[in-house]
Amino acid sequence: MRRYLWFALLLLPFALSPFPFYLTLLNFFALSGLVALSLYVLTGLGGMTSFAQAAFMGVAAYATALLAKGTGLSPWAGLLLGLLLTLAFALVLGLLTVRLKGHFLPLSTIAWQVALYILAGNLVGLTGGHTGLTDLPALVLFGLPLDTPFRYAFLSLFLLVLLVLALHNLRESRLGRALLALRGDALTAASFGVDPAALRLKAFLLAGGIAGLAGFLYAHFLRFVNPTPFSLEASIKYLVMAVAGGVGTIPGVLLGAALFTGLEDWLKDLLPLLLGRQGNYETVAYGLVLAGILLFAPQGLWPLLARRFIWGRGPKEAAPGEGEPPKAEPLPLRAPSGGRGEVVLEAKELRKAFGGLLAVNGVSFALRRGEILALIGPNGAGKSTTFHLVTGALRPEAGRVFLFGREVTGLPPYRVHRLGLGRTFQHPHVFPEMTVLENAALATYARTRAGFLRVLFGLHREEEARALATAWEALRRVGLGDLALERADRLTAGQQRLLELARLLASGAEVLLLDEPGAGLRAGEKRELARLLLALAREGYSVLLVDHDMDLVMGLADRVVVMNYGEKIAEGTPEEVQKDPRVRAAYLGEVEAA
Amino acid sequence: MDATILGLLLLDALQNGVVYGLLALALVLVFAVTRVILVPIGELMMFAPLSLVWLQSGRFPGTLGLALALGLLWALRERGRGRALPLLGGAGLLLLFLLARGVAPLAYLAALLLVVYLGVATYRVFFQPMREATVLALLIMAVGLHVAYQGLGLVFFGPEQFRPDPLLQGEVTVGLSWQGVLVLAFALVSVLGLYLFFRRALFGKALLAAAENRLGARLCGIRPEEAGMVAFAIASLMAALSGLLLAPLINAAYFMGFMLGLKGFVAAILGGLLSYPVAFLGALLVAVFESFTSFYASAYKDALAFLLLVPALFYQSLRAKGVEE
Amino acid sequence: MSLLAVRDLTVRYGALEAVRGVSFALAEGEALALIGPNGAGKTSVLRGLLGLARAEGEVRLLGEALPQRTPEALLARGVVLVPEGRALFPGLSVEDNLLLGGFARFRRGEDLRADLKRVYALFPRLLERRRQPAGTLSGGEQQMLALGRALMARPRLLLLDEPSLGLAPLIVQEIFRILAALKGEGATLLLVEQNAKMALSLADRAVVLEAGEVALSGRAEELRANPRVVEAYLGAAREVEGG
Repeated sequence: MRRYLWFALLLLPFALSPFPFYLTLLNFFALSGLVALSLYVLTGLGGMTSFAQAAFMGVAAYATALLAKGTGLSPWAGLLLGLLLTLAFALVLGLLTVRLKGHFLPLSTIAWQVALYILAGNLVGLTGGHTGLTDLPALVLFGLPLDTPFRYAFLSLFLLVLLVLALHNLRESRLGRALLALRGDALTAASFGVDPAALRLKAFLLAGGIAGLAGFLYAHFLRFVNPTPFSLEASIKYLVMAVAGGVGTIPGVLLGAALFTGLEDWLKDLLPLLLGRQGNYETVAYGLVLAGILLFAPQGLWPLLARRFIWGRGPKEAAPGEGEPPKAEPLPLRAPSGGRGEVVLEAKELRKAFGGLLAVNGVSFALRRGEILALIGPNGAGKSTTFHLVTGALRPEAGRVFLFGREVTGLPPYRVHRLGLGRTFQHPHVFPEMTVLENAALATYARTRAGFLRVLFGLHREEEARALATAWEALRRVGLGDLALERADRLTAGQQRLLELARLLASGAEVLLLDEPGAGLRAGEKRELARLLLALAREGYSVLLVDHDMDLVMGLADRVVVMNYGEKIAEGTPEEVQKDPRVRAAYLGEVEAA
Repeated sequence: MDATILGLLLLDALQNGVVYGLLALALVLVFAVTRVILVPIGELMMFAPLSLVWLQSGRFPGTLGLALALGLLWALRERGRGRALPLLGGAGLLLLFLLARGVAPLAYLAALLLVVYLGVATYRVFFQPMREATVLALLIMAVGLHVAYQGLGLVFFGPEQFRPDPLLQGEVTVGLSWQGVLVLAFALVSVLGLYLFFRRALFGKALLAAAENRLGARLCGIRPEEAGMVAFAIASLMAALSGLLLAPLINAAYFMGFMLGLKGFVAAILGGLLSYPVAFLGALLVAVFESFTSFYASAYKDALAFLLLVPALFYQSLRAKGVEE
Repeated sequence: MSLLAVRDLTVRYGALEAVRGVSFALAEGEALALIGPNGAGKTSVLRGLLGLARAEGEVRLLGEALPQRTPEALLARGVVLVPEGRALFPGLSVEDNLLLGGFARFRRGEDLRADLKRVYALFPRLLERRRQPAGTLSGGEQQMLALGRALMARPRLLLLDEPSLGLAPLIVQEIFRILAALKGEGATLLLVEQNAKMALSLADRAVVLEAGEVALSGRAEELRANPRVVEAYLGAAREVEGG
């Protein structure tokens, strides 16, 4: 497996052993790399940002320093304390902001970072103020004191490589997919069972913990702790590293860390020389580099380089399954059980108003197992709102929704999904950074269990193989099997619709709500779609669909519900509804027809 | 704590509070119109008095070079007649600086216009190309610019603190100098001016419209880019004026702006980055809190002010709607 | 010469082709209706005309092609859109919304007071509510406000996107009465409407769009009696083969 090549980094200390200066830099690279990886998790995968990673480092660094100086415990105990404290702070900050709009978290982290720096500098009795705490003990591993840069480099690089492997595991797991989905479109992620607030919080905790580890290592490398390396400037520096290198990929953030560690020292010497004055001017370079990257190469340097030296596939590092369906059993699929004709989804007197506008007023319908029910109506009739009410994206003001006889009114989308309901959206929400296979595998999120710890330690592989196998099956069913390893944004509109359908099949949902599945499809594709839906209905799936193509709808649906001005105005078979004068009036405004 | 001390603390809070309030208003305005959280507002604030001090001692400040360089980049991004504004503006700025060496009062005007020009150029060069980006990406850019501008502040002006002459000398009473009164008066005029601008002038309403509904604004012939430039111009003007008036009272140095800006943030967040009156009142609250904590534990007053964020965020998250984004 | 001539308009959203090869022309003082079922691409035609969506094809105003198709450029030539969803400024007052409709003219130094009076005369309900925030108006009043705002720009060509959307039948009739009055004064209208009856009663000519292409076009009276129009909206009852 290619990823074990990362262990080659451990050869570097040998290569650099005649140059103690570079050995020190190597350690700084490893530590910065750890922090940069924390940003890979938080920003690259999760789409969040933190300006306080240095503060998290600081918390752990001071914790271990104080513990070592105040008690006689082994410095390793400081790691435990440091991580505990870091996670505690991250938890508090996270809980406060994780449900707010995206920019509140970073703003809070700025404030938190600055506050911590001030405290560290001023609580002189505790932290030694700006002079800091000195003479920290060295770490001792297997009886060997790690008191030289050469020896320490092995520790820091080893931990770096372990984390790289763990994060590779994260990326290629249900959690990695869920984070990327959350970053792209939280509502779609939620419709596949992802709890957005909980997942974001966990990502933030993981990122904080990694930074804490880096802080601990920092403290015992320098054996000296003061506030300067844990300032806002430092946090920004780490962010610049990650973004400039390419925050969306593991090699990217490490490239950034390497470049900046190397350049920083050089800049610190060069700039005062150029300007004829002492001072720390490298921040100007950081700011300008960040601005430049955001404007001209927002994906960072690594994707640019990787494209030059084409490593076979493209921006993705390693494809799951490598082109072959995994030899694993797909996840157990509860075959639609229960009798045909049994009511699976019921809406009663749903009502929703937006300000003065009554979008849905007293709408009721029942969907039976094995049935295809179409919801039609002129634009603005309230069909999409009804969908949102049933799936949990919106709360109704009145009325109730029952799924398999169980009340689900007002439950959030991820919970409704887990009870067996899946939906697609008016505009296909496929995630372009992931392959078709990964998009489909996202849907198995609710059917798999592996949490962060199992994933990071690589204990999720069997479940992952089954998830991928399920996804392959679903893709083959809809005819996208050949495109499984393509990036999802290369699909045509029609193929994207099919992918959405495959996702629903992979999710194991029995009740399928399809919002305009035919939009953007050509006639041939629509026929395929209709054939597929009829087959699914025969197998016991229940389908509720909204569409505007009347040929498609009338040929497909067993029954039709017609809405207008938020109310149900007619219900019946397609033929009945087509002849109903109220329906004609609604659509045509009573155009006289022959 | 007797009445005199209480009075002094409140007076102190008032003087600081109005400055934080102006910064908060500027931040909310810029965010509403452009979705940019203007982190570098503190640097813009400090550039004005520092450039003034340089000019008053007969030198050209480095900020002039920065402004002209950005102005050039701005001009390069425009097409045809759009180039007139940055080029003429830059030329006018240069001229003003040359004149100001001889005519002392012009120095104030020069420093002011420098920062306004710099602010608008910053928008045009760095933020306008990113107008489709997420708020987060814009925030990262803003932080990057803050770091760059602060670093340039160090390059241009060095680490020392400067004290320009106040416009008004002497004290009204203990704890309140005439300059301080000037700051308060300016704040009052600004708030009034902003109110009138947004409530009476059609241009002001056009700006609010651009913030409320982009499509609607475009259909009325209001260009979002122009709205952005005007918002940045107003924010820069407010920051520069505050900086010029405040500098004689505090010791202006390249790094001070950030802390002031950050207090403005806290206040703006108290208003959810949406509400102007809440942001301004929040600023006064921050200042009061800071004043009192500085009395009891002065080293931590900055850190403690951020603690105010905690209840503010808690309150906001209770009102948050959940998944819908 | 036509006021507006569109040839071979194709509008794309990413991979999706919403409109394909649509052509039509509009003479001064004429009202043209674009009707058809939802998803047919009617709104996309308007968006493509205004440069709000990626479009290819030829668009000429009074014989001249435009170098750049943007809402601002078209506004400068007197083409004003009343969009679906109205795009009002909910926090600003009714009067402010109206005045902003004339913003482009205001910047050129023109006086908006006479136009404001005229709009209030057309829509007395707006006069009653002139100081209220636009967000508190009812759906019908908001539609009137959107229309009034567009009129403040003294348009040569008025584009209307689904003016009847979400409105009660009585209000729809009132709106169309006003549109008919405007037409009587010589206005040129391009109307996208899902309510075929109202649209065909107002328009001189109509184009029926289906799945992004022109299915039928002709004089309004002819189309009103054409059974294919009904079929376009409600579909013929056919069975899908096998499955």
